[in-house]
Amino acid sequence: MDLQTLTYLVVGASFALYIGIAVWSRASSTGEFYVAGAGVHPVANGMATAADWMSAASFISMAGLIAFLGYDASVYLMGWTGGFVLLALLLAPYLRKFGKFTVPEFIGDRYGSKAARLVAVICLIVASVTYVIGQMKGVGVAFGRFLEVDYEIGVLVGMAIVFIYAVLGGMKGITYTQIAQYCVLIFAYTVPAIFISLSLTGNPAPQLGLGGTMTDGSGVSLLDKLDQVITDLGFAAFTAQKGTDLNLFLLTASLMIGTAGLPHVIVRFFTVPKVADARTSAGWALVFIALLYTTAPAVGAMARLNLVETIQVGEVGSVTGNLAYEERPAWFRNWETTGLLAFEDKNGDGRIQYYDENNASFAAQAEAFGWQGNEMVTVDRDIMVLANPEIARLPDWVIALVAAGGLAAALSTAAGLLLAISSAISHDLLKGMIRPDISERKELMASRIAMAGAIGVAGYLGMNPPGFAAQTVALAFGLAASSLFPALMMGIFTRRVNRTGAVAGMLTGLLSTLLYIFWFKGWFFVPGTEMAPNTPDHWLFGISPEAFGAVGAMLNFIVAQLVSRLGEAPPEHIQRLVDHIRVPGGSAPPLDH
Amino acid sequence: MQTSPDHNVYWKTNLKLVGGCLAVWFVVSYGCGILLADVLDRFSLGGYPLGFWFATQGSIYVFVGLIFFYAWRMNRIDRRFGLHEDAEG
Repeated sequence: MDLQTLTYLVVGASFALYIGIAVWSRASSTGEFYVAGAGVHPVANGMATAADWMSAASFISMAGLIAFLGYDASVYLMGWTGGFVLLALLLAPYLRKFGKFTVPEFIGDRYGSKAARLVAVICLIVASVTYVIGQMKGVGVAFGRFLEVDYEIGVLVGMAIVFIYAVLGGMKGITYTQIAQYCVLIFAYTVPAIFISLSLTGNPAPQLGLGGTMTDGSGVSLLDKLDQVITDLGFAAFTAQKGTDLNLFLLTASLMIGTAGLPHVIVRFFTVPKVADARTSAGWALVFIALLYTTAPAVGAMARLNLVETIQVGEVGSVTGNLAYEERPAWFRNWETTGLLAFEDKNGDGRIQYYDENNASFAAQAEAFGWQGNEMVTVDRDIMVLANPEIARLPDWVIALVAAGGLAAALSTAAGLLLAISSAISHDLLKGMIRPDISERKELMASRIAMAGAIGVAGYLGMNPPGFAAQTVALAFGLAASSLFPALMMGIFTRRVNRTGAVAGMLTGLLSTLLYIFWFKGWFFVPGTEMAPNTPDHWLFGISPEAFGAVGAMLNFIVAQLVSRLGEAPPEHIQRLVDHIRVPGGSAPPLDH
Repeated sequence: MQTSPDHNVYWKTNLKLVGGCLAVWFVVSYGCGILLADVLDRFSLGGYPLGFWFATQGSIYVFVGLIFFYAWRMNRIDRRFGLHEDAEG
């Protein structure tokens, strides 16, 4: 059986499984649609949270970022896991005790204000839509390769699948589908990693293999070998730090606070039966996430090593040291057709030179070799995980599995995001503000229509993405960090913050972060509208747009506290609400309203 | 529900535990993984430079441990204050 057929079979079987589960566990009430009837076991919820959480960015892009950024990409590893500590300690148990359906609903009730709820809805929609762009791009890349069609058509196919899937789902369906998707994605991620780790270091655990010694008899450790191979080509060393401490620090903080503030993750903790379950469930979620996150550095490093060694077959600078273009392997040809890998023979020698042409101190050496520029003109970081098994010459079924895993990761997160967006529109806007007397059946219908609209917007933006999928996602984190997290945390940990303070704080955080991002990335990411080049010398104190969320969050905290102190303390019944959510006893299921 | 003195003590106990856990959270990631990474990289652990290990592996293991530790301690504190959900049926 050829690879194409095998991939169709594996991906098709996984889709049949998801749709089967979604049909079997269809939601019949709003309580089931929004929070799965609050009856999900904490370990099951942990697994669903892991799939909800680990997106195309985690599965496809993160190891690619690690492969090319090395140590600096560890901000994504720490940021996207450390946020769960904040979530478990500062938000999840209290929001579960509050016991209703959506994140804006808590903000609206706590601050006694429809305006605050509306700001929260806007923040949620902006953050979730930004985030869904990354999923669409991931789906486009995976489908583009798998169906061997253009990227745009890949995105369209992805939109269609997500549409069927999300409208059938509801939280109840999504929960059980996500558990299946977790199993597919973690299997697809770890199997090739184990194979590759074994072949390079002889150690089956990638977490240990990355620190291991090469089996090629040289006795050199894998990390030393990688550092040497890439610095020989003018690239920066893998284990060396490239960014400034301040930027890495703030980027990690933005990702952590943003993780804890993302509504589609928070709402997963509304689905467990008790407050104590919300605490342990966060721990289980992180266990399942850590399985992939501690494997990713090995995948990234080993993919980089394999890629460089495929192209640089011999000694650097010798004529036969570079792979002849005509002898390029099959995976190279396959990825060229997607446009995500491109070669241009700048010096006309018919061989591939892949090196860092922007490294001034390497330029003279490159010229002496007769190299006239880096000839790998496009190496999309996102293809590293998907191409990895092919590069390492693993069996066809592993390659098919990786395609299914990438799609599981993107689809499970897209479904969670679309649920958050559609419940904000149908429950917070429609039922909460416009038509409080709407029937449950109509509310369900409205939620499904809202999903369709969100998919359309996400698909359009997916075809015009602002950056690599992981960086697109990083923007969503900045927004969740600067607007939602501070409002939620202050709502629980201080009684004093009042309505005007909360609204002023959220707007300050949201607008300052949006402004900073649009300034360097273009207004609404439209190319050509940037106010300044997106490079470190133009950034304020060297803070990248992705890292600004933590600054926005600080501004939010400060403004909310100051404005609140100028006004009156919140009324008695609000203060009683705060006392109520602080203790676990007596949490009602979120179905009584 | 009124704020009883018991609830105030409960909340302060919780805040102390949260503060302690967050201190560890900060040290392993921002401390060992970023600010002190250069210094720690002079040592090695299982073939990894130590700072690089904290940034890509160690901090994540500690995070997992921290959440379960917090959940376990909070369950005990809930029981001590008679606030555990099982107590109310």
